[in-house]
Amino acid sequence: MSKRINAIDLNVYYGDFLAVEGVNIDIEPRSVTAFIGPSGCGKTTFLRTLNRMHEVLPGARVEGQLLLDDDNIYDTAVDPVTVRSMVGMVFQRPNPFPTMSIRDNVLAGYKLNGTRLSRSQSDQVVEEALKGANLWNEVKDRLDKPGSGLSGGQQQRLCIARTIAVKPDVILMDEPCSALDPISTLAIEDLINELKDTYTVVIVTHNMQQAARVSEKTAFFNIAGTGKPGKLIEYDETTKIFSNPSKKDTENYVSGRFG
Amino acid sequence: MSTPTQETTTPPPPKAQNSLTQGTLPRWTWAAMLAGSVAVAAALAAALGAAFGAESFLMPLWVVLVPVIYLPAMLILQWVRINKRKAIDGFWKNLVYLAFLIALLPLVSVIWSVVSVGLPGLLAPGFLASDMSGITGRIDQETMETGGDVLGGIRHAIIGSLVITLAATVISVPIGLLTSIYLVEYSRGSWLSRAITFFVDVMTGIPSIVAGLFAAAATAWFISTASSLGLMAARPYTMGLTAAIALSVLMIPVVVRTTEEMLRVVPNELREASYALGVRKWRTILKVVIPTAISGIASGVTLSIARVIGETAPILVTAGFVVNANWNLVSGWMATLPVYIYRQFQNPIAPAATEPSEQRAWAAALVLIIIVMLLNLAARIIAQVFAPKKTGR
Ligand SMILES: Nc1ncnc2c1ncn2[C@@H]1O[C@H](COP(=O)(O)OP(=O)(O)OP(=O)(O)O)[C@@H](O)[C@H]1O
Ligand SMILES: [Mg+2]
Repeated sequence: MSKRINAIDLNVYYGDFLAVEGVNIDIEPRSVTAFIGPSGCGKTTFLRTLNRMHEVLPGARVEGQLLLDDDNIYDTAVDPVTVRSMVGMVFQRPNPFPTMSIRDNVLAGYKLNGTRLSRSQSDQVVEEALKGANLWNEVKDRLDKPGSGLSGGQQQRLCIARTIAVKPDVILMDEPCSALDPISTLAIEDLINELKDTYTVVIVTHNMQQAARVSEKTAFFNIAGTGKPGKLIEYDETTKIFSNPSKKDTENYVSGRFG
Repeated sequence: MSTPTQETTTPPPPKAQNSLTQGTLPRWTWAAMLAGSVAVAAALAAALGAAFGAESFLMPLWVVLVPVIYLPAMLILQWVRINKRKAIDGFWKNLVYLAFLIALLPLVSVIWSVVSVGLPGLLAPGFLASDMSGITGRIDQETMETGGDVLGGIRHAIIGSLVITLAATVISVPIGLLTSIYLVEYSRGSWLSRAITFFVDVMTGIPSIVAGLFAAAATAWFISTASSLGLMAARPYTMGLTAAIALSVLMIPVVVRTTEEMLRVVPNELREASYALGVRKWRTILKVVIPTAISGIASGVTLSIARVIGETAPILVTAGFVVNANWNLVSGWMATLPVYIYRQFQNPIAPAATEPSEQRAWAAALVLIIIVMLLNLAARIIAQVFAPKKTGR
């Protein structure tokens, strides 16, 4: 199920602009990894290279290698769609499909791909995914109502349910809790804790406590100044990053003296 | 926590004089002022008319004087009684209402005159069910003399309009939709997309008669080439299909432009959400982008139909004009409502007795307006039905 991620000398460009430079990182399967760093340092950009979502933007490209269990996903013969069906993603802003009901939103990965499920199968997928995302109790009586009629936090959990419904190997989350109340945040953190038993989870967060609570390893990204590329400064056990980092920048950032 | 502290803090009763209020006017002020202005304007119009020796009461002068009196009167009253800001706000609001009424005037008067003049013809027995075959000048002459019902109808023209417009829609919508999908989803600002956008803009401005001539020439060339190659027998280019091609030339740019607008407002996040689930691009477009935009696309298409169904010139040069119904798009001439109206006015059946022809023309115009209104209504309903459900538990 879960896969190892290995980036080797990865450079990420928006047109001519080098946004992230020279990332080397090795992410264990069945673990939670947190990306932290100041705004604009390229966390989202790097995260989006992990499932080839980066190249969807015009002019965006990637140099280097990214191995998913030893297979380079940037090999010219690799179909990005295959990569994306293995690496799911939850976006910074909740984006349920407005034309679909809650139920259809959860089943979107199947329905949009034209995969046929029997009624009982799809019922099971919906219930499992919504329970997994801690949303089942709130929506079980209104599954046929539009997904955009939910609150922001509920929508975000719906998006998580949609992602885990297709059972990917890796789940990427870009600040999934930035729009949520403390209770929903806790619910999602619990969820992440459960997800790591089956999936490789990578989460971007601005909340250090959250990074400390959910992740085993933490990657700190930083940027030297505007217009300069973002870089991976330090990547280590979360406890080490927060208690005894080896780089000065990291220490400044996690202790709140910077950014 | 639940100690009864609330009891002790009852809110103070409201003050008799609220220090936040300003001067106000009763709600009915505007109605009273309007009635007053109408009366004053009437008196003024009568006085002016008498002073300049007009025969009768000057109705237009009266209508013009009402706002001329009402607007400044309201301004002054509000300025004095409330404050300057309210007064100026009210003044501009009234100006906007006035502009709205003026803008509505032509529309209302067109509808009024078409309905009042066209209704008797529409109610004539058999008007919708019969065509013009066998209606000669003698028959119209007799109708005039005996005062009987006007004979003849527009069945053939309705059939022609519907068949030709439907064919034009069938041609234009796929082409327009695919073009705009290419422009929005695939082109990424290439030179080809800029060229397409440019030519679509140029096409929007093509005079409709030019579209008709183009369709006629293109079809004639196609038929002559095909028959010289022995692929088909030579035949006249004048047929319903040629007219449909002419109308498509007018419709395609409208469809491209409205659909493009609609596809562009679909948030990128939805596309990315779909890609992130491992959905292919064409499926994303088909199942996410188009359903999200479908209400706008559908109403855009309906409005483009409404725009071409009233075309006269391109039909005249491509489908000609007949007096009986013809369902066949690829052979024989066809009549449409606008051409029918034009012919009835321009070449009355009985040159000496034009009234029956005029009555038929007005009635046909009424039918055309009704069809266009129904199309607009359909566009609204379609937009309502397909619109993404924003709320609702
Ligand atoms: N679509 C884009 N086109 C061009 N440049 C971009 C684009 N998106 C981001 N960038 C640039 O890339 C750099 C990294 O941005 P990114 O969104 O990855 O930052 P981030 O670390 O996720 O920040 P935040 O914490 O605020 O979300 C920034 O300098 C940003 O301006
Ligand atoms: Mg970001």
